[in-house]
Amino acid sequence: MRTILYLLAALATIALAYWAYNENNATREALRQVRELQRDIGTERETLSVLKAEWAYLNRPERLRELSDLNFDTLQLMPLAPEHFGNVDQVAFPELRVEEVTGPVDLSAPFDGVAAETPENADAPIGGQP
Amino acid sequence: MIRTPLRPLARIISARAAGEDPDLIEAENIRLRHEQMRNRERKRAETRLVVLGLSFAAAFLVVGVRMANLASSQPVEPPSADLSDVIQTQRADIIDRNGSILATNLVTNSLYAHPPQMIDASSAARGLAAIFPDMDARELLASFQSGRKFIWLRRKLSPEQMQAVHDIGEPGLLFGPREMRLYPNGKLAAHILGGAAYGREGVHSAEIIGVAGVEHRFDAFLRDPAERGRPLQLSLDLTVQAATRRVLAGGMSLLGAKAAAAILMDVKTGEVIAMVSLPDFDPNDRPAPLTTGDASDSPLFNHAVQGLYELGSTFKVFTAAMAMEHGVATPETMVDTRGPLKWGKHTINDFHDYGNALSLTDVIVKSSNLGSARLAIEVGTGRQQAFLDSLGLFLPLPVELAEAPNVRPLLPKRWSELSTMTISYGHGISVSPLHLAAGYASLLNGGTLVQPTLLKAQNAPEAGTRIVSVETSHALGAMLRQVVVRGTASMGEVEGYHVGGKTGTSEKQKPGGGYYDDKTIATFASVFPAHDPKYVLVVTLDEPTETSGVKPRRTAGWTAVPVAAEIIRRAAPLLGMRPEIEPATDMDYRLSKF
Repeated sequence: MRTILYLLAALATIALAYWAYNENNATREALRQVRELQRDIGTERETLSVLKAEWAYLNRPERLRELSDLNFDTLQLMPLAPEHFGNVDQVAFPELRVEEVTGPVDLSAPFDGVAAETPENADAPIGGQP
Repeated sequence: MIRTPLRPLARIISARAAGEDPDLIEAENIRLRHEQMRNRERKRAETRLVVLGLSFAAAFLVVGVRMANLASSQPVEPPSADLSDVIQTQRADIIDRNGSILATNLVTNSLYAHPPQMIDASSAARGLAAIFPDMDARELLASFQSGRKFIWLRRKLSPEQMQAVHDIGEPGLLFGPREMRLYPNGKLAAHILGGAAYGREGVHSAEIIGVAGVEHRFDAFLRDPAERGRPLQLSLDLTVQAATRRVLAGGMSLLGAKAAAAILMDVKTGEVIAMVSLPDFDPNDRPAPLTTGDASDSPLFNHAVQGLYELGSTFKVFTAAMAMEHGVATPETMVDTRGPLKWGKHTINDFHDYGNALSLTDVIVKSSNLGSARLAIEVGTGRQQAFLDSLGLFLPLPVELAEAPNVRPLLPKRWSELSTMTISYGHGISVSPLHLAAGYASLLNGGTLVQPTLLKAQNAPEAGTRIVSVETSHALGAMLRQVVVRGTASMGEVEGYHVGGKTGTSEKQKPGGGYYDDKTIATFASVFPAHDPKYVLVVTLDEPTETSGVKPRRTAGWTAVPVAAEIIRRAAPLLGMRPEIEPATDMDYRLSKF
């Protein structure tokens, strides 16, 4: 009886040792991955900051003005001036089409939207305050 | 083990035979046996004690060794403790009010040499000279062979240069990582940003320290690791700043001015939306300060903040505000404008003769020196000083620039009655254009003090101490509007924005004393829209000349005003202001009576 107990204890120790070893290995592996990922993140951040700096450099107002001057033929961009503000009633809204009701209307039929929400109207630009 | 019997038969028999008590033998044996048992027990106990002692010793040893280990090893952060964002750069970015980058960091490399590790010093020197035009192969070779162990060659390298140096293939040429401060917008906002330079330098890193402007003022904040790279947000608007700079530079070159400054400020919060001083510099390559001559000739000099000028007639608005606030006059009060006014050997006169009297509004509109001098005398020297002081015109501005605390306005040493008169129209006192802008903002925002700031306001502005009443503030706005509608600043009209403002032209002082005839400081301090002020714009030109007419014209009305008008035309739409029709106050009164 006692021998069996000793044997079982020894087996349990071996099993636990094996499990602990495995866990230890897995942890090390995970930590290594974390380090690698952090290094990658660091590199990516560095790249990001370089790209941001580059973006800011390429978007500097001076360069944009020169570009818009160079491409005036196609873009025709002018500096923003007070005259460029408009009113809502100056915006050409698409015509509102309402179909004429001729026959009887079946109110129990499934409702499929109003005329103002036909696809071409829904896509129309919505004028407003610029 | 053989147990000794307690009563060994042989000894008992012989004892009996000798007539002795056999029990004694038994007792003796029992005693011996007990002695043996006791010895055994003691031995076991001793062993246990030794084992226990050894285990304690081992435990203490382990603890001791671990302690020694911890004490002598380098502290290392647990690898998985901080997975959230890691501090990336050693210096935070600076952004404008909309989040555009004004200053950021770029990772680059520095180049240094270890001559002892060099294989072919002469070819390395030739290779470097071919890459960097400013290096000389012979000088390099001489320094490589001078026996030095370490030589800095370059602080910053572009990636292309780094590759080229790499291609030389010399093991004695080494790279060290470096961060460099980058100002992507170049000269734009140069005076505000200031610039940065390297502090302590090592092979693996170098400290970046701000040397001027907000970079210097907020150096501690920008470098604080606890802020985790939180950017510094300024009140500037990049687009407005660019438009302002472009218009001002154009005006400056058209009018042949030596220098120019423009400040656009929010009247409610004191936020500086745009501040330009020309000539300017590139903060990426900050020039060295002048060692000889006048500091104001250097492009590093910020004319908007550091330049102290007699700003001339723009001060008449302060006189008018003071007179109205102390109940000396209303906008309609007639003021004596007969000249000349004599005080001792000095004579005060007007540009034109404006007759016997003008209303206070017309004193401002026509810019009468005599009128404002007489008003100032009536208000009194003490109250004038107190009023100008309450506007912050006597002290350095609290604006967040490294240079600002040293800029103390120049006041007369003895504030005589003559000083009171001349200061009423802006002579005899020198302040910076930013002082003027802050003063105008305080008077026109409804009458409460604002302090100029370069930081974006985080929450709704709190009203400062009251300087003038709301009525006075409105009356001043109306007067300034009249200056543009029918006065000296008629070129300042921008349709839809109801510009109001006051011109100021003052002759420059000669270094020895006295004034130049042909050198002026032309200033236009404006506000828009005048009936509900939102922004104050101050434009100052140093030595402008307008040459379209027969005679060269140097007054602000011909120089600073058109420039300011163009800035407003460009900047106001960018600030999201719609042009609007001025509310006609008389008209709707009549209509309601109809």
